[in-house]
Amino acid sequence: MSAMPISRFAEPWVLPSRGRVAMLSLIIGESAIFTIFVVAYIYYIGRSLSPPAPAQVLDVPVLNTICLLSSSVTIWLAERQIERGKIKTFAVWWAFTIALGLIFIGGTAIEWHKLIVVDELTIRTNLFGTTFYSLVGLHATHVIVGLIGLSLILLFTLTGHVNERHAERIQVFALYWHFVDAVWVVVFTVVYIIGR
Amino acid sequence: MGVQTLPIDAALDVTTPRRSPSQLLEWLHGWVVTVDHKQLGLMYMLYAIVFLLVGGAEAIAIRIQLAFPNNLFLSPEVYNEMFTMHGTTMVFLVGMMYIFAFGNYLVPLMIGARDMAFPRLNAFSFWMSAFGGLLLYYSFIGGFGLYGMGGAPDVTWWAYAPLTAKAFSPGHATDYWALALIVMGFGTLGSAINIIATTLCLRCRGMTLLHMPLFVWLMFVTSGLILIVITPLTAAQIMLLIDRYLGGHFFDTQAGGSATIWMHFFWIFGHPEVYVLVLPAFGFASEIIPVFSRKAIFGYPAMVAASVGIAFVSLGVWAHHMFTIGMTSVGNAFFALSTMLVGIPTGIKIFNWLATLWGGKIRFATPMLFCIAFLFQFLIAGLTGIMLAVAPWDWQLHNSYFVIAHFHYVLVGAIVFNIFAAVYYWYPKVTGRMLSETLGKWHFWLFLIGFHVTFDTMHFVGFLGMPRSIYTYMPDRGWNTLNLIISLGGFVQGIAVLIFAWNLIYSWFRGKEAGNDPWDAWTLEWSVPSPPPPYNFATDPVVYSRRPLWDIKHPDDPDWKYEA
Repeated sequence: MSAMPISRFAEPWVLPSRGRVAMLSLIIGESAIFTIFVVAYIYYIGRSLSPPAPAQVLDVPVLNTICLLSSSVTIWLAERQIERGKIKTFAVWWAFTIALGLIFIGGTAIEWHKLIVVDELTIRTNLFGTTFYSLVGLHATHVIVGLIGLSLILLFTLTGHVNERHAERIQVFALYWHFVDAVWVVVFTVVYIIGR
Repeated sequence: MGVQTLPIDAALDVTTPRRSPSQLLEWLHGWVVTVDHKQLGLMYMLYAIVFLLVGGAEAIAIRIQLAFPNNLFLSPEVYNEMFTMHGTTMVFLVGMMYIFAFGNYLVPLMIGARDMAFPRLNAFSFWMSAFGGLLLYYSFIGGFGLYGMGGAPDVTWWAYAPLTAKAFSPGHATDYWALALIVMGFGTLGSAINIIATTLCLRCRGMTLLHMPLFVWLMFVTSGLILIVITPLTAAQIMLLIDRYLGGHFFDTQAGGSATIWMHFFWIFGHPEVYVLVLPAFGFASEIIPVFSRKAIFGYPAMVAASVGIAFVSLGVWAHHMFTIGMTSVGNAFFALSTMLVGIPTGIKIFNWLATLWGGKIRFATPMLFCIAFLFQFLIAGLTGIMLAVAPWDWQLHNSYFVIAHFHYVLVGAIVFNIFAAVYYWYPKVTGRMLSETLGKWHFWLFLIGFHVTFDTMHFVGFLGMPRSIYTYMPDRGWNTLNLIISLGGFVQGIAVLIFAWNLIYSWFRGKEAGNDPWDAWTLEWSVPSPPPPYNFATDPVVYSRRPLWDIKHPDDPDWKYEA
């Protein structure tokens, strides 16, 4: 080994965080799943052979949307608090995020109850029912998975197992929540604005 | 790495191990609970080889049935099950498994890492894939279900709607098919995420992206592709299950649904899937050809760029499977041209491999023989691919045996040949013993002859108008002799594969000791003992070029002097 390029030893060897890389990869994969469902929804707009049509039964879920989108802000505030080691304020913002997510899921439940009981629209009624419950349901499933994760972290925080060393892991999880919120923007636009 | 580690008390277990009731049980338990990338890689490989034999047996059954006109060896129902299971097995249980077998085993070793980025996710992915495969094969028993109908899936591996609707496919066979693919899809997704994270985040010092071995590059590109092409299949399968179980109408034409959209969704997955399978095979060729030509790979950056290029182009070609459904001429032209575009990056690769051979001191060991056969066969597969990309040509030959011949030239002539090359090349590293060269040469020549007898002839029955997926044919069509020849070639291939399987077992016990580096190769995996110890590298390696072992073996003339 005569003259190794010593300069390369001196350079710091920095690699990306595996948590972030993995979560971003998962998000890319999930986006592809959502894309297929969104494409199917758009393709089938107006092709139902029987009533009800979206305009007859769908109300725009304004409150739900505001809650879910603002939960992205509260989780971001929580992320900043955990970085600085302020566990208590972190827990407060984190709990706010969960509450907003719960309002969203509750709102969806009320909407579905009305659609099924009052409007008699089920997944087998017509194409609109099939695509609507599939797409909105797929998103709602992701919200529920996210809520379970958020609640677990809150539980760990309240029992004193979370500190600023976990900031990165929490930020990685928060990426998933931001993704779920971003998908809602697409679902909302497609289902309640374009499709209605 | 940015991930924080907690201080672990008593990380070293000093208690004496319990006396186990049975050594064998202990050993098996060790394999079941393992999170080691090498053990998981081996399990993937074993799984792939077992199902290669199963899928091969199904192919032999198909060929016996078609060897003679009006043959009664298989009933039409069983014939449909056989070619459905053959296709599904070979793509998902052999193709996807071999990717992760080699990816798991080699990627950490090649980049100088201790293990994959997420060892437990790795084990989870393997078992998801493994049980997905069992679920698929359980349909042979469980497919009869409550209705007393069905058996194995018989809807072809592309499962066009509306054949898959409950009315036309009663029983549970189709559900087993859909569920098995969803389960395997999650396993595949997990593995792909793991390989991406490993490649980006666990490289040893000096292993910059442009110092990575080409196999690692191709696994990285493949995994990226998997993220966006396996997931649409999962989505489509979920829709299919919603239709079948919840009474949805996605593919129900009587309620306004569309059968065509299933074709789109399936081929959005299905065509890039071919590239998912072939890119790691390119990786094998890019590792093996330089070592047996005694030259560094020609045009490394172009190879990397071509791999990424192939992945991108492959996303925009799917509808060339659908020229006969009656698309607009704009659609036809777009997909014909985009398909031909694939020829440019693959052409770059072929020329780079040829340029690597050019002027090299070539050693014709078994791995190299398989790689050279691959070069020729892949070229022909590409040429028939361009023929089929021409929409009017495709209208003539769609769903004929010409198409079957074309894609088997890719899947067998390119991918399986390279898998064999890779097994002969890395077996010494994995087991510490060389595979027998004598048996290897028998395997190679028999397989080569059998392959060409079968698949060259298949082009001609295709020209003569024989459609795919038919369980028999009339004697007056003029297909009799050709079909018999095809079937005989199939048997020769079967014998060759059995020789290969025997070689694997025989050499495990009787093979020549390999040592660390039997091929005088240059990538990091050859610097550790064979088989590698659980910790891989005793000290973290540091690399300065694309051929770290060359630098060590030739300190007077190291590569890093010349690489940019």
